[in-house]
Amino acid sequence: MKPLLSRIAGLAASVIIVLWGAATLAFLAFRVIPGDPVSVMLGPQAQVSEAVKDGIRAELGLDRPPLEQYFSYLGQLLQGNLGESYQLRMPVTEVIGRQLGATVQLTALALVIAVVLALAVALFARGRVSRGVVAGIELVVLSSPVFWIGILLLSVFAFGLGWFPVSGTRNPATIILPAVTLALPVAALLGQVLRDGIEAAERQPWATTVRARGAGQVRLTAHHTLRHGAAGALTLAAYLVGSLLGGAVLVETVFARPGLGRVTLSAITDRDLPVITGIILFSALVFVVVNLIVELLYPVLDPRLRPIDARVREVRT
Amino acid sequence: MSALVVQGLSVTVQGMLLVDGVSFEVAAGECVAIVGESGAGKTITASALLGLTPDSARVTADVLSIDGVDARAFSESEWRDLRGNRVGLVSQDALVSLDPLRRVGSEVAEPLAIHTRLSRRERRERAIDLLESVSMTDAARRAGQYPHELSGGLRQRALIASALAGEPAVLVADEPTTALDATVQARVLALLRSIADAGTAVVFISHDIAAVRRVADRVLVMRAGRVIEQGTAADVLSAPQHEYTRELITATTHAPRADRFGLGDAVLTGVDVSKAFAGAPVVDGASFTLLQGQTLGIVGESGSGKTTLARMIVGVDRPDSGELRWSGGPGAHRVQLVHQNPLGAFDPRWTVGRSLREALEAGGVPRAARAARVAALMAEVGLDPVLARRRPAALSGGQRQRAAIARALAADPDVLVLDEPVSALDPSVREKVLQLLGRLQRGRELTMIFISHDLDVVAAVSDDVLVMQDGVVVEQGPVAAVFAAPQHPFTQELLAAGR
Amino acid sequence: MSVSARADIDRRVRVSSRGTGPRRALLWAALAILAVVAVMALFPQLVATQDPLRTDVRAALEPPSAAHLFGTDQSGRDVFSRVVHGAGRSVGIGLLATALALVIGLVVGTLSGIAPRAVDATVMRVTDVLLAFPEFLVALVVVAILGPGPTNVAIAVTIAAVPVYVRLARVQTRSLSLAEHVEAARILGVPAMRAFVRHVVPGVLGSLSVLATIGIGSSILAAAGLSFLGLGPTEPSPEWGLMLSGGRNVLVTAWWIAVFPGVAITLTVVSATIVGRSLRAGAEGRAR
Repeated sequence: MKPLLSRIAGLAASVIIVLWGAATLAFLAFRVIPGDPVSVMLGPQAQVSEAVKDGIRAELGLDRPPLEQYFSYLGQLLQGNLGESYQLRMPVTEVIGRQLGATVQLTALALVIAVVLALAVALFARGRVSRGVVAGIELVVLSSPVFWIGILLLSVFAFGLGWFPVSGTRNPATIILPAVTLALPVAALLGQVLRDGIEAAERQPWATTVRARGAGQVRLTAHHTLRHGAAGALTLAAYLVGSLLGGAVLVETVFARPGLGRVTLSAITDRDLPVITGIILFSALVFVVVNLIVELLYPVLDPRLRPIDARVREVRT
Repeated sequence: MSALVVQGLSVTVQGMLLVDGVSFEVAAGECVAIVGESGAGKTITASALLGLTPDSARVTADVLSIDGVDARAFSESEWRDLRGNRVGLVSQDALVSLDPLRRVGSEVAEPLAIHTRLSRRERRERAIDLLESVSMTDAARRAGQYPHELSGGLRQRALIASALAGEPAVLVADEPTTALDATVQARVLALLRSIADAGTAVVFISHDIAAVRRVADRVLVMRAGRVIEQGTAADVLSAPQHEYTRELITATTHAPRADRFGLGDAVLTGVDVSKAFAGAPVVDGASFTLLQGQTLGIVGESGSGKTTLARMIVGVDRPDSGELRWSGGPGAHRVQLVHQNPLGAFDPRWTVGRSLREALEAGGVPRAARAARVAALMAEVGLDPVLARRRPAALSGGQRQRAAIARALAADPDVLVLDEPVSALDPSVREKVLQLLGRLQRGRELTMIFISHDLDVVAAVSDDVLVMQDGVVVEQGPVAAVFAAPQHPFTQELLAAGR
Repeated sequence: MSVSARADIDRRVRVSSRGTGPRRALLWAALAILAVVAVMALFPQLVATQDPLRTDVRAALEPPSAAHLFGTDQSGRDVFSRVVHGAGRSVGIGLLATALALVIGLVVGTLSGIAPRAVDATVMRVTDVLLAFPEFLVALVVVAILGPGPTNVAIAVTIAAVPVYVRLARVQTRSLSLAEHVEAARILGVPAMRAFVRHVVPGVLGSLSVLATIGIGSSILAAAGLSFLGLGPTEPSPEWGLMLSGGRNVLVTAWWIAVFPGVAITLTVVSATIVGRSLRAGAEGRAR
């Protein structure tokens, strides 16, 4: 029991540290950059008097001593308050919350497509030739900018063949092309790692033992090597989620879809610091959650990582 | 009717003839051993018996009859019916031969899942029965564990159980005990013998003559793909006909060294030396004396603390308590180490010559003299000077070991510590290296500390011996005395296992 | 278990094709493409004769022809010239970021590898967190903080590339420092610092250089992505990501404006990756 508790405590501690680190980093980052945030926010063209700027500064709480700002900032975060958007005059949580759904839909669908695609390729591309072809396709997909893939798919399938509607959120079919676009690089990477893991596992001595029992390729893969490959792929989970989020920003722009991508982009160009901070913290939260799930899943997949009961060990037969 | 009949078996891989006309028979209840050095073709022969040769291999035979079935022109799916069912395989080192992500019980029951229609519960019960039949205590609990949770000996038993699950008529065991400690080896070999006695035809492949002696009825000696001698175990091992077989046998049995005269004063005295890693004691109160010109052997199994003791003597680690007293004070003697793994001890990107020059530089030899000294050192250890331009990976095991010795000698030591210097070498190569060490000791008046788990080798080279178990020196004394009349039960066990 | 995704990813991927024939041909093709790109980047005037900035509204949106190999864009500018002139900017950022990140990563990683445990653990924890994110995302965050602009994009891409090199440098430093042959050298009497410089540093440099050739691709993609979003260079500079963004709106009528820059990016990154993987396979072969 004790090792389990200490492990949970350790995980909880690292979760808190990462979140706190991200919050502090965001806070520091904006204080460190040169230039007065208010002037930046208003833009170089604005003809505003110093008094008005002071007023805005006081309103936003930027004139208080830094340490006080830091603690009130942390305090607000703990209450779930991410501040208010400079531009939209709305709570940041609301700004993010409104657009979150569309992005989540897109990302979730892309993830499912990616996993299915990767599994199918890893399982069915068996021969040397097909493995070579698949490896080549994966290389090209991973070397292409995801937004270019989106553009290509758009011109071929939407504009060219007319199979899919081009835009508009009413029609559920509009999510398919963007989801496929987003899924392709993830599927390529996942497929590579999965296949590599399976191939490496097949070279192990225990694979010979399995074959010596009379097992065929199907049994070897399904009961043995797939699990080894999956364990390797799991280490990528956080990276893949990050890839999906980053890709979502680009894909939403290509297909003109609403979502966090639009929010992020306008926040960056408008220098809307509270929203940017909110998005950074949100990403940190997602990262932390995914990592937590992965850490908990590792011992499930690889029993060697489970704590060994001291009584179980025997030194000699 | 023999369970296994092989006649004229030949295997060609990429134009190279690796197995050339091998013929032998194994009857039910018989154990036939195939011995030979590495590269003799033993493992490829074993693979051919299961149809597991590499895709690029061409296998031909006049007769290949496994449990009465003619397997010469078998397709892959026909082989799959045979494997696990009529012929089983036990490999070396169960730690890597069992799927680490699957429970022991599932691994043992897998042949049943492939070849029978038993339900999952029935399979599980059969698995437990099988584990009990290989003398695994607490079989039901073990079946639910993972391979890494079992000790080496238990794992090997589980591997054997999984090979027997399909009740094959023929069991091919390829070096099944090589990765185990001596005492554990003895027990697993006894298990294999009992399996043969119960009616299975066992093919036992090994390079370890002592193990073969315990288990085999008949012996085949292979060299470069051919069978050069065949006969009953008694005949081949005690009265070998062929020159090569004779070489092989003598290379693996040594008489303990007679007492030497002319040993000097104490060079090093170890007093109650102890060291612990992470709270667990690794060396516990070791005391010994090392005389000038002597060879002190340190014997023990893995985890006995012998390597840690060696590292403390060389000066890499420091004892937590106790003292290592060098005559003349610390630093008065030059101590060098010959590593267990010469491949790892050389920088893989450097040529051997460059590594030797580095050693000479560290020893203070002026630049101008280095080239000549490198040549001299290589000649001293019997290496062709052209090898100095090669990288360690391009040398054979024996050559690498000689290079490692040369490098240790470059610093002109008077004490040489050798950690398992010949364990990874073939018997004939081993002989030559041991002879070299003897010559070097006499020529340079070296004092040597020789660490090994192989009693036979230690007996051949050492004057005195320390026997270590779990960090403690359980027995010590002149090697002839200790081996003739061991006092401590562990020493007795070790000697019994090696015989 | 911490995640060192990117370094691990490329390490895992092996070129699965056996036979040196096709692999060799592929390597030569990749090197040829990189040579062409290098020429385009360094001497664009030699390849593209027309002025990438010259507008000619009457010739707007013309499909590829003899006069305009890749057609013209909305302002009548020659797409081919723009692609050629854009090579310097797009690839240049990737190269610069990689070179800088390599140096920074080498220094930080090596020092961390020989630093006391606590310092090393903190540095690696931070690096692992950063490594869990794809380069593009990290670069996006940096641009979010610093603001848009071509200089900031360069800074962002550099910062995003650093963690991989830090991790690799540190891992190599640690493992090589503890390697048997380094210890063997010290037992022979080689002074610790000399042993370190002779045995550890070359190994670390070697691995990092190989990683860099693979990493250039990620940096180019990250920079292109940021430009596509409009956060990098602004019109009328020719830059591949930016051109893709410009071509997005006229996709139906003028596909060539978006497609060719994309092909350029893809070909460059594919070639760099192939060359990098060959180097790594060679290095692994030699070091065994």
